[in-house]
Amino acid sequence: MIAVLARDLKLAVRAGGGFGLALAFFLIVVVLVPFALGPDTGLLTRIAPGVLWLGALLSCLLSLDRIFALDWEDGSLDLLATSPCPLELLCAVKALAHWLTTGLPLVLLAPVLGVLLNLPAAGVAPLTLSLLTGTPALSMIGAFGAALTVGLRRGGLLLSLIVLPLYVPTLILGAEVARRGAAGQSYETPALLLAGLTCGTIALLPFAAAAVLKVNLR
Amino acid sequence: MASFWQFANPRRFIAATDRVLPWLWGAGALCLAVGLVWGFFFTPDDVRQGATVKIIFLHVPSALMAINAWMMMLVASLIWVVRRHHVSALAARAAAPVGVVMTLIALATGALWGQPMWGTWWVWDPRLTSFLILFLFYLGYIALWEAIEDDDTAADLTAILCLVGSVFAVLSRYAVLFWNQGLHQGASLSLDTQENVHDAFYHPLLFCIAGFVVLFVALVLLRTQTEIRARRIRSLQARQRAGDTAREGGAA
Repeated sequence: MIAVLARDLKLAVRAGGGFGLALAFFLIVVVLVPFALGPDTGLLTRIAPGVLWLGALLSCLLSLDRIFALDWEDGSLDLLATSPCPLELLCAVKALAHWLTTGLPLVLLAPVLGVLLNLPAAGVAPLTLSLLTGTPALSMIGAFGAALTVGLRRGGLLLSLIVLPLYVPTLILGAEVARRGAAGQSYETPALLLAGLTCGTIALLPFAAAAVLKVNLR
Repeated sequence: MASFWQFANPRRFIAATDRVLPWLWGAGALCLAVGLVWGFFFTPDDVRQGATVKIIFLHVPSALMAINAWMMMLVASLIWVVRRHHVSALAARAAAPVGVVMTLIALATGALWGQPMWGTWWVWDPRLTSFLILFLFYLGYIALWEAIEDDDTAADLTAILCLVGSVFAVLSRYAVLFWNQGLHQGASLSLDTQENVHDAFYHPLLFCIAGFVVLFVALVLLRTQTEIRARRIRSLQARQRAGDTAREGGAA
C-alpha cells in the first residue's frame, strides 16, 4: 500500500513532465488572465479567487489521465489488481498520490499567484483553506473519471467531458469560500459544505472507481 | 406467469412493444394535438405577458421530461447493474438522446421566453444553470456509450457513470442555489399547493404533459427496439463471417 504510494510519487517526480507541468499550466493560466482582461487592479481583485480556483481545477484536469494510463499500458495495473490489496483502497491511494503531486503543490502555489492578481491579504487564508479542502475531491473524482476512460485510446477529451460536470459542485463551493473570504464576509457555511463534499467523495467514489476499473480490466 | 421481467427477453419485448406502440403514437398525438391547439388558440393572453405565456405549453412538459428521462435512465441502469438484463441497458442508451432533445427544447423555449420577459436570453440563474449542467451530463453519458466498442463493457461503465452522475447532478442542483439568487419563478406545478397556474392554462397544460410523457415512452420503446435489432444484425453478420472463414478453411 505504502509501496504503491511511494512508487507513484517517485514516478511522478523522476519521470518528468507530469509533476511540473500542472504547476506551469496553473502559472500560465493566471498570468494570461490580466492580458485578456486588462490590468485594472480593482477588477483583478474581484475575480482573483475565481480565477485561482478555475486555474487549479484546469491544472488538476490536465494530469488526470496519468493516474491509471501508464500503469494500464505497461500492464502493472493488472498486477496491482490481482494483488491482495483491495482495488478500492488502491484507487484511493492512486488518488492520494495524484493529490500529493498535483493538488498540494497547487495549494502552496495559489497564494503566491494571488499576489499577481492583487488578491487582498484577508483572502489568502480562506483561499488556501478552500483549495486545501477542495482539491482532494478533485483528485478523487478525477481518479474515477480516469478509471472510467482508461481502456480508451483517445480517452483524454472524453475524460474532460465526463469529469468537468462532476467538478461543478466542488468548484462552486470552493470558489464561494474564497470569494466570501476575499470580500471579508463569513465563509463558514460553504467551507463546511465543501469539507462535507470532499469527505463524501473520498468515502464513496473509491468504490465506484474500483467497480469501473474491474469492468475495464476483464 | 405474467411478470414484468418477462420483457427482459428481447423477443417478448419486441412483440409486446409492437402491439403497444401504435396505441402510444395515437394517444401521444391526440394528447399533444388537444393540448397544443387548446393551449395556443383557446386560452386567453396573460395580462402582463401577452401571448408569450403560451410558451409554457412546450417549456414545462419538455423540462419535466428532461429530468424524468434521466430518472428513467437511472432506474434502467440500476436494473442492468443488479439483474443484468440487456434490454434494460439498451433502454437506458435509447433514452439518452431523447433526454438531450428534451433538455434542448426546454433551454431553447426558455431563452425565447426569457428574452421578452426578462430582457435577456440567458441568465446564470440556478434553474437555468442546473439544466445546462444536466445537458453536459447527457453529453458525457452519450459520448461514453459511443466511445466504447464492447457492448457489455459500455453498458457497465455508462451505468456506473449514470449512478455517480445522478448524485453529482443533485449536488450541483443545490450548490448553484448558493451562488446566485434566481430570476426564474418557482415551480409551476406541484402537488402540494392549492392552486398552481390558473385553471385556464392548467387543463391544456396537463394534456401537453401527458402528450410529452406518452411521446417519450413511445420514442424510447422504438429506439430500444432499434438497438435490439441493430445488435441482432451485428451478431448475425459476425456469425456469417465466422461461418465463411470456417468453410474456406475446410476447403483449403
